[in-house]
Amino acid sequence: MTIAGWLQITLILCAVIASAWPLGLYMARVFRGEKTVLSPVLSPLERIIYIAAKVDPKKEQTWLGYTLAMLAINGLGFLLLYALMRFQHLLPLNPHGFAAVPSDLAFNTALSFVSNTNWQSYGGETTMSHLVQMAGLTVQNFLSAATGVALALAVTRAFARSGVTSLGNFWVDLTRATLYVLLPLSIIVAFAFALTGVPQTLAANTEATTLEGAKQIIALGPVASQEAIKQIGTNGGGFFNVNAAHPFENPSAWSNILSIWSMLLISTALTFTFGRLVGDMRQGLALLTVMYALLVNGVAIVYAAETSGVPSQIAAGVDPAMGNMEGKEVRFGQALTALYVVATTGLSCGAVNAMHNSLTPIGGLVPLFMIQLGEILPGGVGSGLYGIVVMAILTVFVAGLMVGRTPEYLGKKIEAREMKLAVLAILILPLAILGFTAASAMLPLALSSLANAGPRGLTEILYAYSSAAGNNGSAFAGLTANTPWYNTTLGIAMLLGRFAYVVPVMAIAGAVVQKTKVAASPGTFPTHGGMFVGLLIGVILILGGLQYFPSLALGSIVEHILMQTGKTF
Amino acid sequence: MYSTFRSAATLLILFTLLTGAAYPLALTGLTQVILPEQANGSVIYRDDKVVGSNLIGQSFASAVYFHPRPSAAGQNGYDAAASSGSNLGPLSVKLNERIAASLTAIKDENLAPVPADAVTTSSSGLDPHISLANALRQVERVAVARGVAASQIQRIVDRVAEQPLFGLFGEPQVNVLRINIALDAELGKKNG
Repeated sequence: MTIAGWLQITLILCAVIASAWPLGLYMARVFRGEKTVLSPVLSPLERIIYIAAKVDPKKEQTWLGYTLAMLAINGLGFLLLYALMRFQHLLPLNPHGFAAVPSDLAFNTALSFVSNTNWQSYGGETTMSHLVQMAGLTVQNFLSAATGVALALAVTRAFARSGVTSLGNFWVDLTRATLYVLLPLSIIVAFAFALTGVPQTLAANTEATTLEGAKQIIALGPVASQEAIKQIGTNGGGFFNVNAAHPFENPSAWSNILSIWSMLLISTALTFTFGRLVGDMRQGLALLTVMYALLVNGVAIVYAAETSGVPSQIAAGVDPAMGNMEGKEVRFGQALTALYVVATTGLSCGAVNAMHNSLTPIGGLVPLFMIQLGEILPGGVGSGLYGIVVMAILTVFVAGLMVGRTPEYLGKKIEAREMKLAVLAILILPLAILGFTAASAMLPLALSSLANAGPRGLTEILYAYSSAAGNNGSAFAGLTANTPWYNTTLGIAMLLGRFAYVVPVMAIAGAVVQKTKVAASPGTFPTHGGMFVGLLIGVILILGGLQYFPSLALGSIVEHILMQTGKTF
Repeated sequence: MYSTFRSAATLLILFTLLTGAAYPLALTGLTQVILPEQANGSVIYRDDKVVGSNLIGQSFASAVYFHPRPSAAGQNGYDAAASSGSNLGPLSVKLNERIAASLTAIKDENLAPVPADAVTTSSSGLDPHISLANALRQVERVAVARGVAASQIQRIVDRVAEQPLFGLFGEPQVNVLRINIALDAELGKKNG
């Protein structure tokens, strides 16, 4: 680790927070329906959309209506994307002439992009036509992110409102998230990416004759437009097989900074939106503090682990100065690679600028654990906010148990119904992750997909299901996931992690919004101070640790100990 | 229920047109006009022929050229239509054997310590850069193979090497294709 490295990390995180603050306040205005700088241009377009879709923007929905609307558009989106992939060979904009995507892969990929996971069992440049990449995958990049923002807004309103049943109008929230937030940001960021050298063309490949006379086919495509929304919307699904490690997705130090900044931006900004909408900025800042405290600690561990290098390589005669360089690009440096690894997994982004499967055991344990903590640090666009609100509810419950009072969060009493639903929601992740991992660890057809033997093999499986259920999408790539078993089970894990999680969360919102706000009394546990922050961190770590520690011990931790002894597999 | 699905279907179609067609196509048009070089892959021409891309690494085996990092992209490495890393962990026998083989191959050239990037594959398999230390280690070999003084090669390295952005972000590095084009331009093409 170097001071220069930490300076890079600090500067980028400060830039994120400095720009997330005004963006968060802007989003609060957008979702309250107030005038913003973009209203003159966008509100006519917004009105046309409502008229065409026969939506009355003034009519609000209950939690059930809101949730059903969300499920309807996501369900249709899944079907459309599935059909586009199955028929891509008959459709235009397929300059490489790719064949139809097989059914299990299309099922997996469609669920993957609808659920904001963007797990990729395929290599983009060798499988998907330009039409699928643009009209299929890019659209879902927008819609799944806008869905996340809308759900976060509904949960926020549950705490901001008092004694009503309506949580807002899903169609309006979805439209505003797309028009006023995602689209303008994407246009700016995509153009900035293009400036750094990211291609944007409808042409097929370019052929080069290298200096030594060999042929080199260079894959091109509309990369910049997809790269921007993939980062902004914490989707993470790359145009190319190796994602943001590819020099065309991430050509320089500049694009790397832009990449990290843009993926952290909206999830961070939503904590400010939350604070503004519940009428107490300190509440949002407390959540932000928890997110960034854990994030920075994760970065420190990965940075230290990767720069100390691999003992067997050092013994063989490799200069330890650069650290572990297998699976890393020279242009990013260890500091910003470590920040990328932790940010992309603390978020539910899943874009990668280094191959996680080549990280050291401890360097690989951190991103895995960040996913398993529930994708709330700071989590996916929207999903991070409603995820950490569920954790906050658990935390006030634990605090309430200690002092023997009915727990309250933001003036709302947290009672048996909310607790049951919260526990139901948080049980879904370990069930999907550990259940499927255990099954795969016993099935020969699943084990034949492993790329690495020994404890890393177990970590490959565990990482795959954690990534799917957590809707992250990054991988210990190398695991051959493009098989009917993995495509199907990972698809189901993504479905559970997104939609089976969000329905109980929306039910909590539906119950909370009907309660009347009670005024804070001397016995109220304040949820903006250091005590709450510490307790929330504790609840997140203990919950995650208790559920996953045994599987991490058998994988990454054992591997770290074996690495010191020079054992290989 | 029917009205929910009608709204959902209409919005899906409208957003497909807006974010799936208008957005990427408008951006394609804009970048093709304003930034044609970047938008088409930063391609490098020599004698009117495409020799590669500024951003994409390619294989060099001849002693008269600087060598890139080992690559796991495609069958023979540096396949720019099939990006890939090795995905091998530090305890992998395969990885350790591959590194040992690379070390043997380049230790014969020079006794200076071997920078890690010289024996490891990048995440994309297309890394266009090598570290400055890796380039400096190759100066002597290139000079001998080309029959020129090492100082002459050193000057070209100094000119082509890229420093971190604002002296902070990134690493001191050398773009392999660019330095090899510079070598050919200054010292003439040579077949090693």
